[in-house]
Amino acid sequence: MYDVIIIGAGVSGCAIARELSRYRLKTLVLEKESDVCEGTSKANSGIVHAGYDAEPGTLKARLNVEGSRKMEALSKELDFPYRKNGSLVLCFNDKETGKLEELKKRGETNGVEGLRILDRQELLSLEPSVGEQAVSALYVPTGAIVCPFGLTIALAENAAVNGVEFRFDRQVTDMKRCENEYLVKAGGEVFKTKLVVNAAGVCADEIHNMVSALSMKITPRKGEYLLYDKRAGSMADHTLFQLPTALGKGILVTPTVHGNLLTGPTAVDIEEKDGVDTTKEGMDTVLAKAAFSVPGIPKSQVITSFAGLRAHITKMPKGEAAEDFLIGEAEDAPGFIDVAGMESPGLSCAPATGEYVAEMIIEMLKPEKKQDFTGTRKGIPNMALSSDEEKHELIRGNPAYGNVICRCEMVTEGEILDAIRRPLGAVTTDGIKRRTRAGMGRCQSGFCNPKVVEILASELGVDEAEIRKAGTGSQYLMEGHGDGQFFAELCQEEGEAHG
Amino acid sequence: MDKKRELVVIGGGPAGMAAALSAYEKGIRDILILERDGELGGILNQCIHNGFGLHTFKEELTGPEYAARYIEMVEERQIPALLKTMVTDIRPGSPCVVTAMNKDMGMFRLRTDAVVLAMGCRERSRGAMNIPGFRPAGIYSAGTAQRYVNIEGRMPGKEIVILGSGDIGLIMARRMTLQGAKVKLVAEIMPYSGGLRRNIVQCLDDYGIPLKLNHTVTKIHGRNRVEGVTVSAVDENLNPIPGSEEYISCDTILLSCGLIPENELTRDAGAKMDEVTQGPVVNDRLETTARGIFACGNVLHVHDLVDHVSKEAEQAGAFAADYIKGQAGGWGEARRPKIPEKTRCVLPADRDASSQLICIGCPVGCLITAKKNEDGSLSITGNTCKKGETYARNEMTAPVRAVTSIIKLEGGKGKVVPVKTAGEIPKGRINDCMKEIRRTAAKAPVKAGDVLIANVAGTGIDVVATGNVWEGDSR
Repeated sequence: MYDVIIIGAGVSGCAIARELSRYRLKTLVLEKESDVCEGTSKANSGIVHAGYDAEPGTLKARLNVEGSRKMEALSKELDFPYRKNGSLVLCFNDKETGKLEELKKRGETNGVEGLRILDRQELLSLEPSVGEQAVSALYVPTGAIVCPFGLTIALAENAAVNGVEFRFDRQVTDMKRCENEYLVKAGGEVFKTKLVVNAAGVCADEIHNMVSALSMKITPRKGEYLLYDKRAGSMADHTLFQLPTALGKGILVTPTVHGNLLTGPTAVDIEEKDGVDTTKEGMDTVLAKAAFSVPGIPKSQVITSFAGLRAHITKMPKGEAAEDFLIGEAEDAPGFIDVAGMESPGLSCAPATGEYVAEMIIEMLKPEKKQDFTGTRKGIPNMALSSDEEKHELIRGNPAYGNVICRCEMVTEGEILDAIRRPLGAVTTDGIKRRTRAGMGRCQSGFCNPKVVEILASELGVDEAEIRKAGTGSQYLMEGHGDGQFFAELCQEEGEAHG
Repeated sequence: MDKKRELVVIGGGPAGMAAALSAYEKGIRDILILERDGELGGILNQCIHNGFGLHTFKEELTGPEYAARYIEMVEERQIPALLKTMVTDIRPGSPCVVTAMNKDMGMFRLRTDAVVLAMGCRERSRGAMNIPGFRPAGIYSAGTAQRYVNIEGRMPGKEIVILGSGDIGLIMARRMTLQGAKVKLVAEIMPYSGGLRRNIVQCLDDYGIPLKLNHTVTKIHGRNRVEGVTVSAVDENLNPIPGSEEYISCDTILLSCGLIPENELTRDAGAKMDEVTQGPVVNDRLETTARGIFACGNVLHVHDLVDHVSKEAEQAGAFAADYIKGQAGGWGEARRPKIPEKTRCVLPADRDASSQLICIGCPVGCLITAKKNEDGSLSITGNTCKKGETYARNEMTAPVRAVTSIIKLEGGKGKVVPVKTAGEIPKGRINDCMKEIRRTAAKAPVKAGDVLIANVAGTGIDVVATGNVWEGDSR
């Protein structure tokens, strides 16, 4: 019997798990994918919003400002990449400067500090690459960027070190409440728990509707992005938003914590919960709109494109307007706590969401605080960011840090082995990629893929043909394992030579 | 930091080795090659097909054989090479300072009079081409697939669509087919192929693999593993034509859409770059604008043939030697190396394949007309050398081909040795030959030239190793 089962190992679920791990609670996280950070948490802007955007008085506003304030300290405690680069909201029309003032006021009401309106001259001195049409901007010094994988993985690892159980490849297929406890069926097993936290991202409606008659609906809102080579990374230093206009919600141009340039996202409502395919229209939109903020971003330096799905609520349980996160106990399902509709700024809120939901649970279960909670975590050494002296020491300590596997991002065998051997270690190449950046560079794993597959297979003690990119069925190689089968099997299939 | 060296060569592929050798010929003795892989030879080691060396050695060699000749020369001259060594930084000047790392030495700096850049190139990725769709497993650059098949002895897929008709893509179409996969289509967005004419004949036509010019992949399907692609025709501006979409099921997509010189180190060294070649700007002595740093091979610009790489690298090595000896003048004028006309291969549309042949004897790919006279003799025109005549004669009577593949090694997991038929075999027997090759396992050690299958498929021709494998060899 668990005290708490958290459904979903995204950033919200992991943040809650980590907060709960401070207490004597038996907590389990169930995740349908093979790793943490596989849904919306892996495909977003990687922005820590300052909190000027949300309607004052909403949970979004409160948690955002709190989350933004906590993020820097958290990044030091848990060792993940974070940079307070500051944001700028660009205004492209003199007539719309008033909207910047509104935004500033809203931000101040929400408690965002240091907001300032800049004229074009001031704007240019902060960000010389902005387009000619940018007439003024709202400067948000507390805006920041974060590695969304780094954040989520750090929270999860720290939770795991402090006793939270994680089970992967466990999609929750059914749930029932009987006599003050919940029976949760996942991956063919049934788990018993006192409380359930529904942090299932775009699938949170399906989970909610399993136990509540007051149904809700989430419509995924797709956002497409283009990621650029680090050579283009210096084209923007701040995160550049566009003031929403009649033309629609703008898109952003931002450096990433790793020095790439990121542009996006679009916003299109779709039906499929796994519709993370990119589209030509989406890419064209991102290219065209990004050019307003920063003209001349070279298209030839795009290294990849991706799409993420925002968990946008289109029907709240009681039919009220869906303008805020849905966080709280379901009215007709005591002990079932929704953490739903965590669309933007969900990532920024995570540290605050974790505490907010944990407090609700502490209130309900009144557990004892642990004396032996480990609040800090050291990440994988990052060879690429280390000084030559640090690199030398690392290699002297473990020669595997001297064997470069991913040449684009300078990721070594040592880092990849760490990623596999850590708590909640990587079992897929995507897992390796998000923990070490191997394969995330300009060649997009062309050179390192066979080597990473080989290391994973050797570490996991399986044949290379079993190594997956991510989920079930995403194996790279297409033959049975074992010596000799490769040739024998293919002999049965005729590759006819004509002529 | 150890003593100052004379020359550090970055990259131990065909360019790096040729540069080191020619500097040696010019009297430079203090040379060091830095290679990131575990052996010298670079990408040639996975190019197990033949067609290399016609200029340099006046004979047709496979990639590993071509590399082996240079490796032998480097070893004979005892030019040292540090393997599994990654260069992280190059500072130009007098001396230049090269920072590198490996397992044994950690981080280290080398001072040197001159540096030759020979890092080669990389393939354009799917992301760089903005192909819409999902991001499943099963999308490989042709070179990655080549490594899986030819070095690891692994099959990355069974039903394949290839985007781009560069030479690696064409070569891989044949390679995957020989290994038992079904290549359903090669789609090329341009109105011409990026590969050599002879490769269209011997890699696609021989196996009945369709090539669609003016077509591209407009969507990738499949959430976990590739399930198919949408292929569309494109207009003259290369934009997909609505309504022309066709869905093709496949489990694998290979991309052969161009190569990009790998110049991150060059840029960081402060060398001026050439936007056309995507390599550094050089003068007529192949010196970059960064003092003491020379460049050659695919890092300078992408070459069609390795023979050309070797030749250019020889020059770079010699120029570097002059510089080291203080015999070079000022930097002089920027010169773009003579880049051969980009291959724009279109087979004549109205070609009657029964009498008009494309010669596969060399990269020129002559269009040869062969007509049967009434007396049964053949009149052959259009060839520019003797080889063409032989080819046409064979093609009209009994077509023959050489076959290259790999043979699995016993006792080693996933390890293979590259092989070739020692001569040409009847085209119709390729399949039988491959069946036998696929069934055979060899035992290490294997030396290049060792007969691994005698009289393959009763053709009278042996299958011989084209690479060396030592006992207990581990990559």
